[in-house]
Amino acid sequence: MTEESILGTVVVDIILFGLLAITAVEIARLRSLFGVVALSGVFSLLSAGLFVTLDAVDVAFTEAAVGAGVSTVLMLGALSLTTQRERIPSHTALLPFFVVVVTGSVLIYGTLDVPAFGDPKAPVHTHVAPEYIEGSAEVIDVPNVVTSVLASYRGFDTLGETVVIFTAGVAVIAMLGSGLRRRKNGQQK
Amino acid sequence: MDTDFIIGHYNYWLVILLMMTGLYTVVSRGNYIKKIVGLNVFQTSVFMMYISMGKVSGGTAPILETGITLYSNPLPHVLILTAIVVGVATTAVGLSIVVRIHQAYGTIEEDEVNDADHRMEFGKEDLP
Repeated sequence: MTEESILGTVVVDIILFGLLAITAVEIARLRSLFGVVALSGVFSLLSAGLFVTLDAVDVAFTEAAVGAGVSTVLMLGALSLTTQRERIPSHTALLPFFVVVVTGSVLIYGTLDVPAFGDPKAPVHTHVAPEYIEGSAEVIDVPNVVTSVLASYRGFDTLGETVVIFTAGVAVIAMLGSGLRRRKNGQQK
Repeated sequence: MDTDFIIGHYNYWLVILLMMTGLYTVVSRGNYIKKIVGLNVFQTSVFMMYISMGKVSGGTAPILETGITLYSNPLPHVLILTAIVVGVATTAVGLSIVVRIHQAYGTIEEDEVNDADHRMEFGKEDLP
């Protein structure tokens, strides 16, 4: 990679992070819940853009479809069943701010030991990953390494993930199905 | 702290900034839907952290192609792919709990729900 293209990546990165930060601050500030939900969709879409610059194309399109699409639809559904405005909170936000600053400082202190961003010699890149990349071509014969790890090497994990989603679906139906039916019966009486 | 160190770590620091904005929304706001949106912001920032760790400078997306030798690490991508889908499932459960709270209490503000609980337990006079 040439010096120029690295500089280009950094500039795109910083612009995307700036837009993400503005969106996140507006989410915290805005009182209209409809606006907050719309901005959360924007946040997901921008983060999908960031994932593309970080070479995670599979993650980017999942985030764009599931994060920006499905979650926004779910939240709009919840808004239509509840309320659209947030009340002004009675207590001050000083203590939360203090907690957040302390947590953030500790996390930043933790990153000081982390290998530099993009370092090819970081331990995470030298141990297991090369075997998966080589094996994907020879053993699985699927060019997309993420697909071959997800569906073949770690296929049972993906099955477990499906079980989690099934459980969540059952939980939602158990909570909302009976409640909505009860409300309908109440209206008929 | 030299320039190389800052260029090698600024990505993590910006991600932590976003993460803390999400955490602030969760702890400082009383509205339950807003808390869930804050939790989603926090969660997406954690995803960015993982994906940042998987990036190899000069590498490309991990899709095998002749003539390319350096790929970014595919394992964080696989982890986060699973986490995104599970995250949406937990968001759905959280939102359905909020809808049930709205049916039972008529409000989705934390203060009002606490007041209603207090009234139910101790009667009206004891409210501070």
